[in-house]
Amino acid sequence: MIAGHPDQQRIVITGVGLTAPGAGDLRTFRENLLAGRSGVQKYEIRYVGQTLAGICNHDEYRYQSRKDRRRGTRAGAIGIYCAHEAIRDSGIDWENVDRSRVGIYVGVTEHGNVETENEIYELQGYNYDTQFWSHHHNPRTVANNPAGEISLNLGITGPHYTIGAACAAGNLGVIQGVQMLRLGECDLALAGGVSESIHTFGIFASFKSQGALAHHEDPHKASRPFDRDRNGIVVAEGGCIYVLERFSDAKARRAKIYGEVVGYGVNSDATDFVLPNPQRQVECMQMALRQAKLNPEDIDIVSTHATGTTTGDHQEAVAIRAVFGESRRTRINNTKSFIGHAMGAAGVLELSGNLPAFQDGIVHATINVDNLDPDCAMPGLVLNEPQEVGRVNYILNNSFGMLGINSALIVKRL
Amino acid sequence: MTKAEIREVVLEILQEIAPDENLDDLKDDVSFREQLELDSMDFLDIVMSLRKRYRVQIPEDDYPNLATMNSTVEYLQPLMKDLERV
Repeated sequence: MIAGHPDQQRIVITGVGLTAPGAGDLRTFRENLLAGRSGVQKYEIRYVGQTLAGICNHDEYRYQSRKDRRRGTRAGAIGIYCAHEAIRDSGIDWENVDRSRVGIYVGVTEHGNVETENEIYELQGYNYDTQFWSHHHNPRTVANNPAGEISLNLGITGPHYTIGAACAAGNLGVIQGVQMLRLGECDLALAGGVSESIHTFGIFASFKSQGALAHHEDPHKASRPFDRDRNGIVVAEGGCIYVLERFSDAKARRAKIYGEVVGYGVNSDATDFVLPNPQRQVECMQMALRQAKLNPEDIDIVSTHATGTTTGDHQEAVAIRAVFGESRRTRINNTKSFIGHAMGAAGVLELSGNLPAFQDGIVHATINVDNLDPDCAMPGLVLNEPQEVGRVNYILNNSFGMLGINSALIVKRL
Repeated sequence: MTKAEIREVVLEILQEIAPDENLDDLKDDVSFREQLELDSMDFLDIVMSLRKRYRVQIPEDDYPNLATMNSTVEYLQPLMKDLERV
């Protein structure tokens, strides 16, 4: 159990580093969310052609040499950018941090598709003669690559690995960091998730074949969870890494604290490769509430996972109504309506965009809901315009993924 | 290709592999490793680039010939003398 733990078992967020479509830092990201600004753009990718995507425009070379960038991957570069930004934001005396006690836990939806597709594309020009296949293929595509690049760049000698959990991975990265700090496996965790997914044509083509790739003449209107006319997912790239510390350590160095992770739930549907299972989602959210010793009406904001697919949005609404239907206090919103689906980064990015509510008391909206789908109606759903609610104490962040992996994370204002 | 042209090709490849380095002052008789931050993967990049651009095959036993610009050009000259620069 978490509540009542001594301060060493309480884990807090003390730094946020992120890149999202339209924002290279939390302040800009929050401004976009409050202003209703979408980060979705027109995008073209090999074989698929014209489509839409959430594209990041942070400076890749701020913390990485051109040579290292060339050798590595987009996911690695995003991870490096976010890790540096998080460390800087945390205000920790990084030069004197024992790097052997830092753990790196990075959620990914997929990794290696981008490099594999590029290599095969190149190889086609050489008649598929594998002597022209790059020696960089393996180090770029090993599943730990995005976390490993952070370790190499920052000279961190503690553990580094990725957590593959489809689109729940961003939450899972944070949860892993929390667990490792509680177990004493590290003293500081860089935890979150990254997505390079807009650079693999396969993800677009697969969603298209599934009938789940969003299209709209106005890119800003394409990502529209809960709207009657939603037609699928806008794929996005992005990343978000937190500095996580024990409350005792954060207090001792008088760190700025974004919030405390007070509860989480992780479970599996065990029912379908693709279709979600609202009953398991209910159990997942209840697990998080139980762990945090909270009731549904204690939660001020539920940040939904909804991606803009017909079934997924409906199922999550069913689950949320079952848990929060009676809570008059709880507001519900969605971040993908602004930036699209940032895959492995989605969970942690979506939580981050809501964290400033602890200070400003505003719940950002879910945008692009011109006609609310009655199946997706939920009491407290914040539609199109942000709502001032006053003091916000608890945020619950949902993140679900294919193969039926569910996660819910609760953060408390301190 | 003349020796001068082969040198240009190698310089181009080096610039691609080590984009942060200034190659203007590269000394042709001093080893690349002493002057540039290159590791074994980078040397494999040189080998791969020559293979891709000119179909030049460099067996592993010959890699030590790629130590300096002079030794590289000397080694490549018989392999590339009949090739056109691309």
